[in-house]
Amino acid sequence: MALYHNPPMAYAQEPTTAPIEHRFNPYSDNGGSILAIAGSDFSVIAGDTRQSEGYNIQTRYARKVWQLTDKAVLATNGFAADGNNFVKRVKQRLEWYEHAHHKPMGLKSIARMIQTMLYGKRFFPYYVYNILGGIEEDGTGAVYSFDPVGSYEREACRAAGAAQSLIQPFLDNQIYFKNQQPEPGAAPFIPGNLPLGTVLSLVVDSFTSATERHIEVGDGMEIYVVMKRGRTTDDLLGDNKLAPGMTIEELPSLGESVGGVESEGEGQGGERTFLVRQALKRD
Amino acid sequence: MWKQPAPANSSFNEYNTFPLPQTQRGGQSSHAHGPIGHTQQPLVTGTSVLGLKFDKGVMIAADNLASYGSLARFRDIQRLHPLGKHTLLGVAGDMSDFQWLKKELDGLLRSEDALALTDSHPSLSPKNIYELLSNLFYARRSKMNPVWNAVLVGGWDKVKEESFLAYVDLLGTTYTAPTLATGFGAHLAQPLLREAYEAKAGIDGEGPLLTQEEAEKVLDDCMKVLFYRDARSINKYQVATITAGGVTISDSRSADTYWKFAEGLRGYGAQTQ
Amino acid sequence: MVAKAVEAPNVGFDFSNYARNQFFGERLQGIPKATSTGTTIVGVIFGGGDSGEEPGVCLGADTRATGGPIVADKNCEKIHYLTPQIRCCGAGTAADTEFVTNLISSNLELHALSQGRPARVVTAMTMLKQYLFRYQGHVGAHLVLGGVDVTGPQLFTVHAHGSTDKLPYVTMGSGSLAAMAVFESSFKENMKRDEAIALVARAIRSGIFNDLGSGSNVDVAVITKNGTENLRNYEMPNERGTKSRNYKFRRGTTAWTKESIRSLIVSEEIKSTSGAGKDQGGVEVVAVPTGAGAGGEEGMEIDS
Repeated sequence: MALYHNPPMAYAQEPTTAPIEHRFNPYSDNGGSILAIAGSDFSVIAGDTRQSEGYNIQTRYARKVWQLTDKAVLATNGFAADGNNFVKRVKQRLEWYEHAHHKPMGLKSIARMIQTMLYGKRFFPYYVYNILGGIEEDGTGAVYSFDPVGSYEREACRAAGAAQSLIQPFLDNQIYFKNQQPEPGAAPFIPGNLPLGTVLSLVVDSFTSATERHIEVGDGMEIYVVMKRGRTTDDLLGDNKLAPGMTIEELPSLGESVGGVESEGEGQGGERTFLVRQALKRD
Repeated sequence: MWKQPAPANSSFNEYNTFPLPQTQRGGQSSHAHGPIGHTQQPLVTGTSVLGLKFDKGVMIAADNLASYGSLARFRDIQRLHPLGKHTLLGVAGDMSDFQWLKKELDGLLRSEDALALTDSHPSLSPKNIYELLSNLFYARRSKMNPVWNAVLVGGWDKVKEESFLAYVDLLGTTYTAPTLATGFGAHLAQPLLREAYEAKAGIDGEGPLLTQEEAEKVLDDCMKVLFYRDARSINKYQVATITAGGVTISDSRSADTYWKFAEGLRGYGAQTQ
Repeated sequence: MVAKAVEAPNVGFDFSNYARNQFFGERLQGIPKATSTGTTIVGVIFGGGDSGEEPGVCLGADTRATGGPIVADKNCEKIHYLTPQIRCCGAGTAADTEFVTNLISSNLELHALSQGRPARVVTAMTMLKQYLFRYQGHVGAHLVLGGVDVTGPQLFTVHAHGSTDKLPYVTMGSGSLAAMAVFESSFKENMKRDEAIALVARAIRSGIFNDLGSGSNVDVAVITKNGTENLRNYEMPNERGTKSRNYKFRRGTTAWTKESIRSLIVSEEIKSTSGAGKDQGGVEVVAVPTGAGAGGEEGMEIDS
């Protein structure tokens, strides 16, 4: 009997014979891509705004990058429902922390907290790739990247999501100067020291290129720029600093809402976060 | 779009030819390998729901059919459900989950109304209801016991004085856009909705929105296309309009259809007679 | 066991490695996937009736070819030539659509030659469906076939399993629903030629912008009894802007471990060929400087 149950058969029939199990799958993949690059006194965190499922565009504008505190921005990518709910819980934990300690959580602490939160669901994971960017307590730009179950690392740059395999090699070459020799006699390249203008251009080119060659990337992008306190904004604000079609706004300070003293002057004392937007192709 | 009611332990019914099955539901599931035997499958289902923003509010449309697999089982079911004065749900997917949802939400709204009697208690905004639904759907999917629906929430935000339109489904996936469609409608109607919306408002949505008449025309058009091409649809549907003035749900209506397009053609191949 | 149940065919594909590959597929990371053209392709019949225009067929296609989620070709041609008055849009496995249309095109030419008259669209359709049926869907070609012959304008779809459809407007591919929505809401009988082209372009655009498998440009072909007009890249709504940086590498960027320069030319001799029976007036023999490779020195002139 068992012999006949799975008869040796012609090539034509095989795919249909295995019973397709009818079981609820709690995950989906909503496409898109994110990336972050750290500078010496700033950090850039970006993502596209398309949300898709299969060959369908669910919406052309869905947020993937989130301002957590004045010096921390989180980008999420993968299963959108998990992403949104994860960010919701991270924000809640940050609020609890602020109430308990009368100060916002520092960047490296947020990174460690995200690790524990992700690992907390080790056996029913958040299907989300996280990249955390911002300003460290010593004033340097930082990027932390995570896998879905909480393994993490501080890096100078990281791409994740659908077009990770397209963007990361590009960043390795342009940020880490992989496969590049300095000019004879010149100083060796040091990753993480590029000027903001260069970094922004690399981010824009990463996304326009990923849009060209990856079907799940497109529609629009949002680039968050977090600056160290007191840093000049001359290289970001003002005429002709951004390419045509880009818009910029400064996000209001989230402040130290509990018990803390308002930092002196508007936007002067603390870290500043800017949001740069640009349209991408929609096909 | 929604899975067929298949007899348990059978392979997937590709051509919808199963007879009325002895299906298994809920608690006594045979999925012994899952964490808890929960996951059901949709049984009596509704197909697409469409949503579209216009200059004075938002419109939601759905047909009146509840299918039992490929059988057009209930042909006079309303899938649009108002919640309070300024919110409306359009529900696709399992109709028993929809009825449960109605019961729960109506109960919630009733207790909110009771609070408002004695206190200056603000009523739930469309956003509030959507947030609640999203959390509910995500929580249930996380328990591996999904609410087997895709829901459009349409509404008018009285405080911000703007329309509201958003989507949530059995996975807890959420998103908003000026035009939305569930299931088959996402493939067939959404392209037409986006085209009509962008023709006036532009791709950035900065331009003027469709008027109420234009929006209704577009929805009528989409419902007709869906009837032509979605085998689980019926030519009998309702359109709900949500504006600052409140919710109105139209009577059921039908699109004018045309079937003579291939009169001169014979057969599917070389035939001429 | 029955010996020799089926005589091995001596034509067509060779399946002798099938079982072996299937076995490897189960053990390794699955069987390699072919490039598939996630696609929007469409066709309409127009003209005739009260339009006062020549009846004809208008075909359309997007130009994106994909391999999984990666765009393999941003501007490929999906409207294939069959005969001067018959074209065929292909969706599905790129190699299959390419090969099957080429094969049928050749056979149609032979058919026309042997019969002494142009082949009909139904002939093309029958040849396609019989070929595809033979391979039971394993030749993954999903086609929109259109053309004008002695019987007038003809439009068909052909599925990979060999079934066909005859309709006044058709769509195929992953964007077929997006395109069909446009047709179902806006198709009219006896459209004018320009109306038909506009409708086809709109249907393709619907696929390009709403279906991730489709993208880039709109190709159109218009066939009437007077001939075929190929409107390649009829619309280009997705042109890439300029990059914000220039990624030209400085000379010497790539590290090297060893340098060795050798002259490959040991000796060189130039012979005049103008004396081969006739005088090629104006050609004079010039000695080529050795060492000037492709893209030679600045100021080097080629025609002087």
